[in-house]
Amino acid sequence: MIPIAEAVAPPNLKAATHSDRSPGSIAFLVALWLALAIAVLSLTVLLVDAFIDGQSRLDSGLLTNYTSQVFPEQAGARAAILGSIWVISTTAVLAIPLGIAAGLYLEEFADSERWYNRLIETNISNLAAVPAIVYGMLTAGFALAIGMERRIVLSGAIALALLILPVIIIATRESVRAVPQEIRHGSLALGATPLTTVWRQTLPAAIPGIATGSILALSRALGEAAPLLLLGGLVFVNYDPNGLMSGFTTLPIQIFNWASQPQEAFQQVASAAIILMLGLLLVMNAVAILIRNRYQSRW
Amino acid sequence: MATFTTKPSTTQSSQNGERAPAPLLHTLEHAPRTLPAYPSPVVMECSDVNIYYGDFRAVTDVNMAFAKNEITALIGPSGCGKSTLLRSLNRMNDLIPQARVEGSITFHSKGIYDDDVDPIEVRRRIGMVFQKPNPFPKSIYDNIAYGPRVTGMKVDNMDDHVEQALRRAALWLEVRDKLKQSAYGLSGGQQQRLCIARTIAVEPEVILMDEPCSALDPIATSRIEDLMVELRENYSIIIVTHNMQQAARIADRTAFFTADVDVVTGERTGRLVEYDLTTNIFQNPSDERTEAYIQGRFG
Amino acid sequence: MTALAGSAGLSVVVTIGIFFALLLPSLDFFREVRITDFLTGTRWAPTFADASFGVVPLVTGTLWTTAIGLAIAVPVGLAAATYLSEYASDRTRRILKPVLEVLAGIPSVVYGYFALFFVAPVLLRSIFGIELGTFSVLAAGLVLGIMIVPTVASISEDAMSAVPAGLRHGSLALGANKMRTTLRVVYPAAISGITASIVLALSRAVGETMIVALAAGTRAQVVLDPREAGQTMTGFIAQTATGESTPGTLTYNTLFAVGLLLFVITLVINLIAARFVRRIREVY
Repeated sequence: MIPIAEAVAPPNLKAATHSDRSPGSIAFLVALWLALAIAVLSLTVLLVDAFIDGQSRLDSGLLTNYTSQVFPEQAGARAAILGSIWVISTTAVLAIPLGIAAGLYLEEFADSERWYNRLIETNISNLAAVPAIVYGMLTAGFALAIGMERRIVLSGAIALALLILPVIIIATRESVRAVPQEIRHGSLALGATPLTTVWRQTLPAAIPGIATGSILALSRALGEAAPLLLLGGLVFVNYDPNGLMSGFTTLPIQIFNWASQPQEAFQQVASAAIILMLGLLLVMNAVAILIRNRYQSRW
Repeated sequence: MATFTTKPSTTQSSQNGERAPAPLLHTLEHAPRTLPAYPSPVVMECSDVNIYYGDFRAVTDVNMAFAKNEITALIGPSGCGKSTLLRSLNRMNDLIPQARVEGSITFHSKGIYDDDVDPIEVRRRIGMVFQKPNPFPKSIYDNIAYGPRVTGMKVDNMDDHVEQALRRAALWLEVRDKLKQSAYGLSGGQQQRLCIARTIAVEPEVILMDEPCSALDPIATSRIEDLMVELRENYSIIIVTHNMQQAARIADRTAFFTADVDVVTGERTGRLVEYDLTTNIFQNPSDERTEAYIQGRFG
Repeated sequence: MTALAGSAGLSVVVTIGIFFALLLPSLDFFREVRITDFLTGTRWAPTFADASFGVVPLVTGTLWTTAIGLAIAVPVGLAAATYLSEYASDRTRRILKPVLEVLAGIPSVVYGYFALFFVAPVLLRSIFGIELGTFSVLAAGLVLGIMIVPTVASISEDAMSAVPAGLRHGSLALGANKMRTTLRVVYPAAISGITASIVLALSRAVGETMIVALAAGTRAQVVLDPREAGQTMTGFIAQTATGESTPGTLTYNTLFAVGLLLFVITLVINLIAARFVRRIREVY
């Protein structure tokens, strides 16, 4: 089709003052980049700094030696590593079943019109934002009330389990919510009870999501030191923890203690332990992401 | 009866109920007489326009010109590329990653995809009204004042300017007492007229409308149609519509598009079939595909 | 079924437990120390012979680290959210989001180490030439800010991404540029989510323990200059808890009185945040 336009002077469509390339817009974009650079740079410097400080102590002694007040050069994280394993395993045993049960109840059975269910929901979101250190105070008070020793693996696990319970509940609810209704209806139509349906259909379908959420929650517990400080002692542990009633220390507590010492050798072993702990966290997160990617989008 | 035969332009008759296009201004020596010559100056023109999303060609070889102070309707079955073409007329397509326009689209003979052109200036001159009313979550007044403010327009008296825009959009009487109230309190039809008023407030020359009435009830639709006919005096309007009666009622010219379906991939590529005075398209189409569509036989 | 309901109900028991665990020792504490002295006193020396229990120095310590933290986290977090939501290509987003997730996943004790051994001596003293000691609320606050950047960024980004694309298109179609569309359409539309992210960040900053315990110092004083050392509420709890504190003693009860104050402050902040989050859902 051929145009039949009368001659009109071509309009000026050049960059106006309010363009995306105006000084103001560019300054704005540069500010955004700068902010991101701060975040990326902080992360890089933090990791590099820890690695430089700690590399001289990344040896087998770090894994096999107990800590030492007298010979910081030989201090190791043996008790802390074993303590972390004990405490985190116990935390998992306590928190995961409880969290899944609570999440299933709220998502599948609870009538959200009822005041008590609403109370529970509000309460859980509030609990998720309570400072970590308060969970330590709760556990200390609880231990005192029932006459339990504060400085043992079980106390530590209770504190951390309470801390991550809201996270697991929320992860469970989200995974269960993602299970399509057809799966539930299919089961119910065959005459299964709601409870059987949840147990045999909904829960298995939601397991990957719950597993991912639980691992991420446990990795938070692994790095958390504040609530354990309230359980007292926990610092110079020169023995392997051997049960729920055993005294213990954990990696973050040990790092905190070493970092608080004036000698430079303690600083080095602290950063070596940081590298170790970050490595463990990386593995846990990688597993979580793997599970998420592997089982994602099955429906 | 409809074939690819050419129609001499002299046979065109003005049977459009509301306004007959102005008589021919001049005849062109070099133009093949396949279509009527334009009675009004051309405001925008597409030459050999192809629009791609990555490798996928969404619109192929469009050649057409839009006349000043007329309403041009783009009709056709879904997937025929009419909305894609509309969005490329004011470079809203730039927002879609991988979208690419080949060929030339001009505004008063100036290519809007030229290197020295700022898309922001293009959009100020060529406004757009969307399918779903999208007022900002601000007051009615601020919705109108927003455009002049952010484009750095020199406005002597903003209150007057807002009033003028609302009057032109036939909304003033309904909202003059609640200018400070949220635009979300308006009905859907009022919201759409507010969006038109908002567009008018930056004083564009062309207004693109992407199915502006598809989310509205019949009464609101007819108010917007009346408004478009009024606005034609000052603006050139290009409207995409699914509603053939709407095109027949208000458009001076109508372009019919169709989709070529790739049998392997199922991808649809839009193609301009016929572009003529609305009266010809609806009463005497030259292409059998147009006729079939008009008579509701497909699409 | 009952077991499931019981598990959910446990959360309420936990809350009540927290309340009593904090309240009972605090009541003992307030039998010995007048509550007005506690809240308004400006000398905090609970273990001295002439013990004094004015909590104001701890509160100002917390105020300093929180204020410095937010001064970092709010602009950086908001800018990161803006970039990710409004500007970044999919590819950039795929690179930058994990960076924020990793920042969020680093334990706070590691941040504390970073504040104590890098930010204070290297960054602030050597590079910027700021005169400060080993411990300062400045170094602690800066690193605290970096730690809560992901909190601000991720919640703000969610809120900004939830703003319907139609609003942005409406603005761009009027000839507004990207910056103005962001500042004047996206931000106002996402304001409740952005505010919620800031309030949650505030609550995390107030409750954060390990960074301030390592890097802010243990001198409880009314801090006037951010280069000084100071003690926060959480810092005091951490320091006292790691020492000897026998249940029933005044020192032990002091811990819980400070803990109760901390809990009440964060609870109020969280309730405000919840308000804003609820409002997000009503906007569009």
